[in-house]
Order: sequence, then structure tokens, then C-alpha cells
Amino acid sequence: MVGVLALAVLWELYKLVGPADGWLVGAQEGVTGSGIRLLPRTSDQAMPHTWDMVARVIEPVTRAQGALPLGVVVLLAALTSLGVAALGWLVGVVVGFALALLMLGFRIAERAVLPFVILSQTVPLIALAPLIRNWGSRLEFGAFSWESWMSVVIIASYLAFFPVAVGALRGLQSPDAAHLDLMRSYAAGWWTTLFRLRLPASVPFLIPALRLAAANAVVGTVVAEISVGFTGGIGRLILETAVAASSDPAKPWAPILGAVLLGLVAAGFVALLAAFLSPFRRQETVA
Amino acid sequence: MKRNRILAGAAAAAATALVLAGCSGGGSDSGDGGDTADGELTPVTLQLQWLTQAQFGGYYLAEANGYWEELGLDVEIIPGAVDIVPQDVLAAGDVDFAIAWVPKALASIEAGANITNIAQVFERSGTLQVAWADSGIEGPEDLSDKQIGSWGFGNEWELFAGLTEVDASGYTIVQQNFDMNALLNKEIDAAQAMTYNEYAQLLEAVNPETGELYQPEDFSVIDWNEVGTAMLQDAIWANSDRLADDPEYAETAVKLIQGAILGWIDQRDDPQAAADAVTAAGSTLGTSHQLWMANEINKLIWPSSSGIGHINEDQWDATVEMALMTKNQDGAQVITTDPPEGSYTNEYVDEAIANLEADGVDVLGESYEPIEVTLTEGGN
Repeated sequence: MVGVLALAVLWELYKLVGPADGWLVGAQEGVTGSGIRLLPRTSDQAMPHTWDMVARVIEPVTRAQGALPLGVVVLLAALTSLGVAALGWLVGVVVGFALALLMLGFRIAERAVLPFVILSQTVPLIALAPLIRNWGSRLEFGAFSWESWMSVVIIASYLAFFPVAVGALRGLQSPDAAHLDLMRSYAAGWWTTLFRLRLPASVPFLIPALRLAAANAVVGTVVAEISVGFTGGIGRLILETAVAASSDPAKPWAPILGAVLLGLVAAGFVALLAAFLSPFRRQETVA
Repeated sequence: MKRNRILAGAAAAAATALVLAGCSGGGSDSGDGGDTADGELTPVTLQLQWLTQAQFGGYYLAEANGYWEELGLDVEIIPGAVDIVPQDVLAAGDVDFAIAWVPKALASIEAGANITNIAQVFERSGTLQVAWADSGIEGPEDLSDKQIGSWGFGNEWELFAGLTEVDASGYTIVQQNFDMNALLNKEIDAAQAMTYNEYAQLLEAVNPETGELYQPEDFSVIDWNEVGTAMLQDAIWANSDRLADDPEYAETAVKLIQGAILGWIDQRDDPQAAADAVTAAGSTLGTSHQLWMANEINKLIWPSSSGIGHINEDQWDATVEMALMTKNQDGAQVITTDPPEGSYTNEYVDEAIANLEADGVDVLGESYEPIEVTLTEGGN
């Protein structure tokens, strides 16, 4: 809350101090578009006042009869995106963890899979999104048919699995040789070692990985919505309201703030999860 | 670990519920299934080029007013998105029909897409190049040595055809955003604008000097229809193979066009109804902006010289010729050889028009008069 307020104050302060037309270096007289802009514009069009944004959020989205306030529309869209992002996060966590276990179990799998896991994240999302959409739409068995929200889930999970796979592997490998030797001296099998020693030990590494995965899932969801044409989410709303940037400058900011809120909620959710996992964390610090 | 699992399970359930809630409004059954018994509606999917807006009002009205249902079709309208190329989605077999601009579709055809233009809904082009009234830019010949905004991605060909025609030189093409801020901030000299969308955005913005909205007198407009480099825009495209091999699909094509024409006639006679229909379908565009769009789209269709949807050979040939001749800033051109036979056909649209004329429907709109739309700030 204090952070949000500070940001708003900073925004207004720059708006007050900064030149309305920004600061341009090397502009030639009479040549349109010349020069390099070093400071952004502060005009009401480029940076609407924070109170104008708040006022706009309360106003109805359009003058159409029964139109909901913009804020409600944004919240509903954010909720839809949250559902998709959560699903993407979950799929990503499951896949990431499964990969980590595979890599832990088989040295050869670590050598074979890890480079591809890292490589997978270098594929640009904008190239990937239409591909996933196309492949997905070919899938059809029985009553099941591919929906555009599924493409969004896949893209979100594609971004989310990476930190989990890498973080979980690191965590599972973290116990000292002494601890592992102790387990061995108990004649504990691979699975027992996993559940008694490796899993609890991985928690401190897992929690930041889950947090990263949540942030990635939200970003993936917003970008994928814009890309693949899933309607009803916050990404879509950002695209829809972008056209109002010239004439109703406060309007496009509402869904952007909605996306920020979405990210905060996702982060809060992981923090809650971390609280549940904290007993294991303490065990680690004691050890 | 157990608690974690329970929590995860609860999260999954909540997420699924949310997703289902989010999707239930969208009408989600895709229409590829061939499981239609007699008397049931034939499922059809129609891919649009962009978001739900009055540019596609006729289709939304056809659905809202039940014209397709009367003809035995259950049409699902699929809005576009940034990475969705309708004619490619159609060629890939993911949808049954698609709306696309002719030059973009010609490029896809040359790249191997097997698609056919079955109805040229828009007879005129809605693309403008807008400059400030005091800039001295009156026509394409004045664009030499200027900063010219363009969206690219196949939306730029009329501009380049115009520039080529007058031998303009020394200009710089600037990638333009969805909004008109670059022109308003004088970062570019001329901006690309559709009559029905971006041009209205200008007239909905407040002029900081006067405190009033900008007026049409503040801008000078290059209309490619007047320059003579207009290309054909929104058309209904079908899968060529299925048209040839599947009589049921061909029949569906006629019905789709027939229902759509009735929708477009409703938009002509009552643009407000079109604006309301697309708003009801989930558009968040402002009310006056939406009405403006409905009215401007009408101007691109009506009056129709040979019946709405009929492809005029001279216009098609002109578009193809420009597509063959024009190079963009990267030296690329739309197509290098003539499009194959069967890239367009009037077979289905003429049948639809004949059916409608038999019912006494006015498919020409000779007496069409646009309405006056007053834009408000922000288009709201």
C-alpha cells in the first residue's frame, strides 16, 4: 500500500517537474521525428494524473446502457486471467518437478534434458504462441475440442516450468554428502531418501522457484491472450483499450494496473504457500 | 507435504472453476463436427480479422437477429488477435470461413493457401493517410522526405502503391502504434488511419490549445479511393478444395453469405443497432466511437454498384495489378505472379443475391444516406 502510494507520488512529482514535451537531444529544426528522446513526455495524454485514472476506473466503461464501471470490467477480466494463470502455473510446476525428479534419478537424463530445458526458454514467446495455437486446434478426440484458453494455459506453463525444473533439481541435489551417507547407512532406498531427505531439503530452493514460476505464468497468460485471441482476460482488455490512448488516456491504464494487481495476487498466493511449507524450511536451517 | 497437496488440489479446483466461468460466455463449441442430423443446425465457424467491433457489425447482427439460424446455420464468430492471420487459419482448416483483406489473402495464396474470395463485402477502401492541415500535405506527392506512419504487416500496400505512383522519394516509414499519439505529438508527418477507427480517435481527442475536440478542419486527409490506389478490403474467404469437393460446404457458403447480407442491410438501415449488437457481444469501445464505426463501414459498402458482396472484376484486377507492381520499403511485394484461377468466384454470392432479390430485399441500397454521428471525448 505504501509502495503504491509512493509510486503515485513519484508519478505526479515527475509530471510536475518534467517538461511536458519530454527532453529531446539532437532534434533538427523543422525535421519531424529527428533527435533522441531522453526523458518521456509528461503531457496529460502521455501520463494522465493519478486521480484521473482513479476517476476513470469508477466511471462506466462506455455510455451504453447497463455498462459496468471500468474497474469492475477490469477486475472480472483479471479474475479470468488469474484462473488461467493459476492453471498454467500448476501445470508448469508439475511438469517442472517431474523433470527435476527425472534428472535427479538419471544422471544421463540430466545431461540430455537440462540443455533443452535451458534452450526452451530462448524461443521467443511471439514465435511460439501461434504455433501452439495451430497445433492445439488440430487436436480433437471425441467430445474434446481444443479451446483458445488451453493454448494460453500451455504458454503460461511453458514459461512457468523452467524455474521449477532448475530450482527443484538444485534443491534435490542440495543435501550434503554426509547426510546422504547417513541415509545409505540406514539402508534407505532411493524413494525413502527422496521423501525423508531430498524433498525437505529442496524447500528453500523451491519457494523462490515457485515465486518466479507464478510471475512467469502471469506474464505468459497476458502475452498469450493478446497473441492467440482468448477473449475475456486482462491481456485482451489491454489490447482493446489501447485504441483509447489518444482520446481517453486514462482508460488504457486501468487494465495495465489490473495486470499489476494480478501479479501481486499471484505473488501473495505463493507467499501463502511458502507459509505452509515453512516447517520444512526451519528443519533445513536447523540442520 | 500432505497439506501442500490438499492446497494444490483446492487451487486446481478453484482455477478450473474460474476458467469455466470465464469461458461459459464465449460460446465454445467449435464447428468442425459432422454430426448433424436432419433438422439440426449446421455448425459453422467464421474467423474475423480483429477484435469485436462494428467493422464486423453485419455478422453480429446476422447472428443476433437469427438470420443464419433461419437458414439452418449455427455460426460461431471468432474474434481475431495480434497473431491470428485469418486466411492462414482458414487454409489450415481450423475454421470454415474467414474475413480478410484481398492483398493479404493474395500473399497467402501465393504462399500456398488454397482459399477463394466468395463475397467482396466492402466495395471501397477505408484506409487514409492523415496529416495536419497546416503541413502542406495534400496528396501522396507531398509525402517525399516525410516521416510516414504505417502499421505494416500487409496494411501498407495502398500507401506504397500511392507513393510508387507519384514517384515519391526520401521518405521514412515509421512503425505506427494502435493509437494516434505519434501524429498528435508531431513525431510523424502523416499517420495511417482507418476512416472507421483511428480517424475517429483523432476527432475524439482534446486539442490542448482550444480545450475542445479536434475538428476535421485541423487535418488533411489522403483518401486512397480518390488517389486511385485503393485495394479491396474485407471479403469472405472459403476453402477452395472444400468448395469443389463438398456440395454441403458450398451450400453452407451461400447461406453464410445470404445471412450476412441481411445483417449488413440491418446495419445500413440502423447503424445504432449494429453498434449495440457488437457492444452486447463484448466490445469495450465507446458508444459514440462504435456508432461512428458502424456508419463509416456502411459508407464502404453502400450504395453497392452490383449488389453487396458481388466481386467487381475491374476492382479485383486493379488490386491484383497493384499487388504485382508495388514494392514496400524492404523491397518486398505482395505477389510475384498472377493469382491462380479460382482465387475469387461470384458463383455463391450471386446465388445468395438472387435468393434475396426473389424475396424483395434491396441488395443495392441506391438510396442509402449516411447518418451524422457526433463524436464525444474518448469516444464514450
